[in-house]
Amino acid sequence: MEDKILLAHGSGGKLSHDLVKQNFLPLFDNAFLNKLDDSAVFELQGRLAFTTDSYVVNPIFFPGGDIGKLAVCGTVNDLSMMGAVPKYLSIGLIIEEGLLMSELKRVMDSMRKAAQEAAVKIVTGDTKVVNKGGADRLFINSSGVGVIPQGVDISGSNARVGDKVILSGSIGDHGIAVISQREGLQFSSSVKSDCAPLNRLVAEMLASGAGIHCMRDPTRGGLASTLNEFASSSNAGIRIYEQSLPVHEGVQAACEMLGFDPLYVANEGKLVAVVAAKVAEKLIDIMHKNKYGKEAAIIGEVVPEHPGRVVMKTRMGASRIVDMLVGEQLPRIC
Amino acid sequence: MKFIEEYRDAELGKKLIARIHQRSTKPARLMEFCGGHTVSIAKHGIRQLLPPTVTMLSGPGCPVCVTASADLDKAIALARLPGVIITTFGDMIKVPASRSSLQQVKAEGGDIRIVYSTLDALKIAQENPSKSVVFIGIGFETTAPTVAASILQAQQQKIDNYYVLSLHKICPPVVKALLDSGEVKLDGIVCPGHVSAIIGSHPYEFIPRDYGIACVISGFEPLDILQCVDMLVAQIESGQPTVEIAYKRGVKPEGNKIALELMDRVFEVCDGNWRGIGTVPGSGLRLRKKYQRYDAERNFEFYPGEPVEPKGCICGDILRAVKTPPDCKLFRKVCNPEHPVGPCMVSSEGSCAAYYQYGEGYGR
Repeated sequence: MEDKILLAHGSGGKLSHDLVKQNFLPLFDNAFLNKLDDSAVFELQGRLAFTTDSYVVNPIFFPGGDIGKLAVCGTVNDLSMMGAVPKYLSIGLIIEEGLLMSELKRVMDSMRKAAQEAAVKIVTGDTKVVNKGGADRLFINSSGVGVIPQGVDISGSNARVGDKVILSGSIGDHGIAVISQREGLQFSSSVKSDCAPLNRLVAEMLASGAGIHCMRDPTRGGLASTLNEFASSSNAGIRIYEQSLPVHEGVQAACEMLGFDPLYVANEGKLVAVVAAKVAEKLIDIMHKNKYGKEAAIIGEVVPEHPGRVVMKTRMGASRIVDMLVGEQLPRIC
Repeated sequence: MKFIEEYRDAELGKKLIARIHQRSTKPARLMEFCGGHTVSIAKHGIRQLLPPTVTMLSGPGCPVCVTASADLDKAIALARLPGVIITTFGDMIKVPASRSSLQQVKAEGGDIRIVYSTLDALKIAQENPSKSVVFIGIGFETTAPTVAASILQAQQQKIDNYYVLSLHKICPPVVKALLDSGEVKLDGIVCPGHVSAIIGSHPYEFIPRDYGIACVISGFEPLDILQCVDMLVAQIESGQPTVEIAYKRGVKPEGNKIALELMDRVFEVCDGNWRGIGTVPGSGLRLRKKYQRYDAERNFEFYPGEPVEPKGCICGDILRAVKTPPDCKLFRKVCNPEHPVGPCMVSSEGSCAAYYQYGEGYGR
């Protein structure tokens, strides 16, 4: 019989200890974690960014990633969107009794790979096991801390009339990849989650100089919700062009079938930025050189009309409001 | 095969728009009878692109919206029965009925599950042999055949705890009822795409013949709809109304014979109760006697109470195209997708939701 996670693995006793020592420490091997003290102790200089997020995606494995990769990338990206250089992460696992040990190892290994790619260290963690039915296989909470370089001032309220709106690539891939695996709704699809750490891309963008006013990763609620947040926080009008939005064919097809609008479907490896018009083209060139920015495009601009609203010019030449997502389009996608 | 990008081509679209502007001299009041069209017209901003001679009206084409409060009350009463699992398409659970909604009953502990197809409902029935599983059958000729198929499958697999509350409606009789009412003057009808894929084009022939109104069956992409409008305008200008198909990749004149046969085997025509329109003779579907053991209405005792319409809501007038969503005092102020008062704001295919979501013509 295959090894499974038992309640005792979260008891704090011998099994817990063995699990951590044999399976986790070798993967994340670093001086802070290896001490197994109650807290990781480290020094950081300057302005810090600190974030937390919980991951409850269902199913935990999906094309292009899994809950572990998502937990690391999501936290890395939340720090990156403030212009911070992500440094240290915590990982809290809530495991439903009966999860296969091999599945847990697979998740932990993809966390290791993601952390390695993002050059962050997982320095503290926690493992709890709950009764069958007390969780849905595996939930992960992760927090992260990063250092904001001097002179960086990024906020959703910084959009100014005349600014350009930049998107780092195609939209909707993550949400569609996850839902294509959902029980009762499985359909065959070539769509893969875009789940990726964006800190290098952001660092390259920031290194080019000033001019990035707002930046966010359009996860739950999709691009539409993020643009609405910018419009509302900055009290500015945003106009985007349907024609310039990159949407992969498989995503478009699945959206048609399911009645979704790709504008509202989640992404996990994309960023949208509002930048000064004069640096927009240069930033796009820089982004095109990074593997996570190959399809970057200018998708719109900040306009004096309709402050607080996002309006899209359709391909046919009409315009329509792009509102916040009301209700839930896809349940539990991250 | 892609079939999406091709039907959204901006250049072709502009050519069609130019031709409509060039052709249209007479007033053309057009009504779409399908919620899918309502959404597509709003989403792609079609109204803004048409000449002032062309008016687009939305009819009773959203299956959730046209479900009468009295019928919704039945679903709610069923949901409150012990040992009953209600299975339904998603939008239904949010619709406010006379005194409650399925969502509310769910929060109170009712077992209500959203399914994507009748096959899921059957599976739930199989997995819960000690419960009674009721599927709320809504929709037009598009969904009715799948529900018919589920009943035949239940029979074949001896699943004896599966029931259907049939609130199905059929399309041509309600078109006739609307035209007979004389409330709305129409010159052309954008005939539904999916319904027509099942019933074909022949059932619409009475419309040009008896009422002198142009009919074109349309697909759902912007180019489909523009082509349909172009063909309707051409018919109206020539004064020779007929039934045409602008959605040949989906619709054959004779329809889908297998689906029609399935539907006919399981269902028989009855009077249908429509929100805002009332009882329309011959516009509903009920289970034939042979399949009564699957009929929720006949197998459960429940008391839905007297139906009450939400105060101030004009969904009924909107469904008859007598009024448009912005005419409603509640629109945007009290009634929005988060706090819907009437069904047209709930359903993703409802007129009010489409107007709300896409803010027709905003910031042009």
